[in-house]
Amino acid sequence: MKLQKSTRLALFSVLEIAGNPERALSASEIAHKYGASTHHLSKVLRELGRAGIVGSARGVGGGYRFTGNAKRLTLMNVIALFEEIGAVERAAPEGATEVERALATVLSEIDENARATFRSVTLDTMLKLIQFQLRMDNKSAAMEPSR
Amino acid sequence: MTKKASVHEPPGAIQIRPAQASDIGQIIALDAEVTGLEKTDYWYELFQRYGASHTRNRLLLVAESGGVLQGFIIGEVRDWEFGSPPCGWVFGVSVRPDARQGGLGARLLEAICEGFRHAGVDKVRTLTAREDSLVLSFFRSQGMMAAPVIALEKDLAEPRA
Repeated sequence: MKLQKSTRLALFSVLEIAGNPERALSASEIAHKYGASTHHLSKVLRELGRAGIVGSARGVGGGYRFTGNAKRLTLMNVIALFEEIGAVERAAPEGATEVERALATVLSEIDENARATFRSVTLDTMLKLIQFQLRMDNKSAAMEPSR
Repeated sequence: MTKKASVHEPPGAIQIRPAQASDIGQIIALDAEVTGLEKTDYWYELFQRYGASHTRNRLLLVAESGGVLQGFIIGEVRDWEFGSPPCGWVFGVSVRPDARQGGLGARLLEAICEGFRHAGVDKVRTLTAREDSLVLSFFRSQGMMAAPVIALEKDLAEPRA
């Protein structure tokens, strides 16, 4: 599954911002972390702001803060702002051959599962998964013999 | 599968325990309320296998407070399905609509997982409808991820290959 760059940046941004409720994050800070241009990331953040997912404040201590409901907002809610998964390329064209129709059926099956997965994962669940992976990383690091 | 989760009451007020014969009527009623289908025979049959005579490998647990059923969960240990090592399967979980949003679904799931651990397995799985985002979200929120299995089906009325 390959999401468009803007979509991925949107997901990274929302998760970074929601995962740091104690402070506002700047576009350049997030852009630097994910190797994106600040210009591109700012456009993505504006779209998230229009959707009411993040809010921004100017000045010292300013930046972006999460304004959504992490227990309700799903990955699909964010993705849908930037792209529609499998909507165009998967549909068999008018007058498609039986081969094209059969392939479209299988590809649609994959898309349906992808959509169901994105619909079922909330920001809160993602933040818990991130924390879990951090704990596992720390545990692994602690178990490594010191050199 | 009939899940929804949890409770406004203090968690301590609710007891989670194996289902008894006296619970079956309330289980049927709750399932009917949540799913819109009353499946009396189905639940009596399940109770015979998972309730009164439940074994270490078959579990039907209820959450109850003051004699009122707040929720239930049902599952079993399945062995070597298509080569899969024994693991716990949850195939039903439900919480009263007015008792949700307080963690009771999570408590029921943890209780049945504890039962699976006692039965000697270290993995729990479930199967939910793809369109049932609420149930899927619940299991996801409890740390469950996609399993290395794919559910398949076919219409038996379709022309044979």
